[in-house]
Amino acid sequence: MSASTFGSGIRRREDPRLITGSASYTDDIVLPGMLHAAMLRSPYAHARIESIDTAAAAAASGVVAVYTGTDTEGEIAPAPCAWLLPDSGLKIADYHCIAKDTVRYVGDIVAVVVAESRYEAYDALDLIEVDYDPLDAVVEPKQSAAEGAPQLHDEIEGNQAFHWTVTGGGDIGEAFENADVVVKETIVQQRLIPNAMETRAALASYTPATGELTLWNTTQNPHIVRFLCSLVAGVPEDRLRVIAPEVGGGFGSKIAVYPADFVTVFCSKKLGAPVKWAETRSENYQATTHGRDHVQEIELAATKDGKIVGLRATVWAGMGAYLSTAAPGIPTILHGLMLSGVYDIPAIHEDVYGLYTNTTPVEAYRGAGRPEATFMVERLVDLLAAEIGLDPVEVRRRNFIPKFDDGHDVVTGLTYDSGNYDGALAKLLDKAGYDQLRAEQAAAREQGRHIGLGLSTYVEICGLGPSQVAGAIGFQGGLWESAILRFHPSGKVHVMIGASPHGQGEETTFAQIVAGELGVSPDDVKVIHGDTDNTPMGWGTYGSRTTAVGGAALALAARKIRDKAKVIAAHLLEAAVEDMEYDDGKFFVKGSPDSSKTIQDIALMANVAWNMPEGVEAGLEATSFYDPPNFVFPYGAHLAVVEIDPETGHVTLVRYVAVDDCGPQINPVIVEGQVHGGIVQGIGQALWEEGVYDEDGQLLTGTMLDYALPRADRLPNIEVHSTVTPSPHHPLGVKGIGEAGTIASTAAVYNAVIDALQPFGVEGVNMPLTPERVWRSIQEAQGRN
Amino acid sequence: MKIPVSITINGRQYDRDVEPRLLLVHFIRDVLGLTGTKVGCDTSQCGSCTILLEGVSAKSCTCLAVQADGASITTIEGLASHDGLHPLQESFWNKHGLQCGFCTPGMILASHELLRCNPNPSDAEIRHGLEGNLCRCTGYQNIVRAVRDAAGAAEGGAQ
Repeated sequence: MSASTFGSGIRRREDPRLITGSASYTDDIVLPGMLHAAMLRSPYAHARIESIDTAAAAAASGVVAVYTGTDTEGEIAPAPCAWLLPDSGLKIADYHCIAKDTVRYVGDIVAVVVAESRYEAYDALDLIEVDYDPLDAVVEPKQSAAEGAPQLHDEIEGNQAFHWTVTGGGDIGEAFENADVVVKETIVQQRLIPNAMETRAALASYTPATGELTLWNTTQNPHIVRFLCSLVAGVPEDRLRVIAPEVGGGFGSKIAVYPADFVTVFCSKKLGAPVKWAETRSENYQATTHGRDHVQEIELAATKDGKIVGLRATVWAGMGAYLSTAAPGIPTILHGLMLSGVYDIPAIHEDVYGLYTNTTPVEAYRGAGRPEATFMVERLVDLLAAEIGLDPVEVRRRNFIPKFDDGHDVVTGLTYDSGNYDGALAKLLDKAGYDQLRAEQAAAREQGRHIGLGLSTYVEICGLGPSQVAGAIGFQGGLWESAILRFHPSGKVHVMIGASPHGQGEETTFAQIVAGELGVSPDDVKVIHGDTDNTPMGWGTYGSRTTAVGGAALALAARKIRDKAKVIAAHLLEAAVEDMEYDDGKFFVKGSPDSSKTIQDIALMANVAWNMPEGVEAGLEATSFYDPPNFVFPYGAHLAVVEIDPETGHVTLVRYVAVDDCGPQINPVIVEGQVHGGIVQGIGQALWEEGVYDEDGQLLTGTMLDYALPRADRLPNIEVHSTVTPSPHHPLGVKGIGEAGTIASTAAVYNAVIDALQPFGVEGVNMPLTPERVWRSIQEAQGRN
Repeated sequence: MKIPVSITINGRQYDRDVEPRLLLVHFIRDVLGLTGTKVGCDTSQCGSCTILLEGVSAKSCTCLAVQADGASITTIEGLASHDGLHPLQESFWNKHGLQCGFCTPGMILASHELLRCNPNPSDAEIRHGLEGNLCRCTGYQNIVRAVRDAAGAAEGGAQ
């Protein structure tokens, strides 16, 4: 049963509580004497606060307190930015948890009401009178960089948060001067709203007598919340307990520690009572971080045979009104360093300008920088194919990095771990029946139907990452993970981990790792996470790192256990340690497998410690800290097939075929689920989703009525395949899979739509590819031609 | 001003005095503490709050508690019986039809309605039937599988 469970698609142990309504998310938790907070948020994108009158609100029924920025001054520090991007002229504007004099986006907190009930708290918000003096706003990053643009922060000239560059390989200017072919494009990576189904919430409970505070918080990284909250809200780390209970999805939007979290902590401290804040969906759209928002001017230089000789880009990245916790690293480190993609590109140069705009802060959103990089490269490769009249498959093949299994350097400075990009593409073409599809496309065109095929061949960087690198790139934390593995006397196991899964199923996959390493049943392994008081330090679940980094820490802890158990087994069997063998949970003397001690036998003896070898401590428990030597680099090849109705511009996604390689799969059913979900989020960006502000900074897509999320009836069944290339440097060989689908799919769908529109001469359309935009692009192209 | 209501949920009758404006979902969650029913939006789009009202699915964020006076309601907590999980719960578990689990109670109850109206749906009919429920994790594919599986199980049970 045991070792074979590594790699099998067993059912998730998370599910029984989730399918019966027994799980507790933050807003489900109720404490005695609990009060409810509601945030008054700015209705203006940019305004000076002339005055605030809270008297009527404070006198309203059930209201316990009303606080403004005057009250929090000196009590809570500004919300920190914790990715101090070096060599970029980074300028961090103070992000006051409650705005003091000026509001800078629709959603900036102006006051907080604490009341006995949720309804009373919201009622009282309407009674606060704020006198605003509206100022001009700027919402688009390139416009924010322009001369004469409204300025957000007095001390930050030109709204520029940073200017970061990456240069690698040969002389980029020469590459373009000497190239046979240059293709160019401007891409708008539109703003996206993450839309975790659970909105954000915090419940803070302060005990004045002890000075201890517990914070339940819907977060991807409770240990980071504890660290930052201790610095900002003045509760020492030893007295601060952060619990991420059940968390209803994150996709990057629950990495940041938000002003509202700190304000909730402040209220609880001030009132000496538990205070809960849970945002509404409309509030979530305004106040929880967004993703993407790039304007990219890109160009590719190549020979007439389609060999790429250089890639050059300038990116204006909208950062929102303030820099969120990890924001500066997203459009730079996680984007620019991946511009070589799966290709051998001898010269790369990119400038990235991070701009403040009067919008909700932008943070990591599933893929976080890598989708923007993949889209850029995959778009350029297709443009090159069209320019020189080659099939997109052939252009990719002429530029792929050849198969490698132990390291390949790209000019941006990264060393990819392992890959066989042509192998993944070959499998994709075979599974999809590519040649047949091209024939069908040609036949359909004869009949006046418009089918398009779109490829995306990607590699991504995840399993973040070596802590030394984290330090060098300005990330204000480590990126290692730790695990404690503890055997109880009956042979049952507790695993305590620092990472904080929230839907990815690691309570199951981690149990499978233990099963694989120690021969126990996964049913005998309980995985505990999300509570800083009873788990070891961990840096969180993002960047597809939980299995890749946390899983490695756990495997190493299990191997320590195995080493100790072997010594105890040798003692009990009166044999020399070097004569012992281990197989699937049993220790025996070489050649005598019938006389063995099971891991459960050893666990009992180690716990009672009646007969231990000399010098061996009691107990069977191990702690491991795993700091990865390198990132991991999953990759794959995806194909989208679309059909377009030129009369309406409607795009139908007909087929989607994916080949992904994340190394050995601990639980292939969970991997497939991650691939499905990831791909659909990327499809959402290509076809439907866009966070839209008007020129005054009003969020026009302010509710789920206005923001088009993927729905079940708009999607085909996704065909999922894989190849297996282990990471050479990872104890289990595994790579991440949480973001791969999103990183690949937007480009595949976009390329398919452009391919379908080729007969009309359409060159480019901004995403999302709504019927209106597609229809207009056809009309404009026909007008041109 | 509070109004008395008597609402039966999962077979138990609850008599409470409520404000007329109280949403049914808040009655279920905040007044009764049955937190399996979720709130995912404020515009009736996401379906996380789906319950069965007199056996028919309803979005409990779009209904006032006073409107449900006298009604009989099933929430996710009441779907399983003493004999075990409901076939839909089993299927969602078996087919990996959930990840973070937040949309799942509503999704299961919407699926219940779908199968009540159409016991043997095609994939396209399942997808159409669930378009009023949003899931951000699964891409819906394994939810479709789960509903198909549950439909099959129901068929098998009838034979």
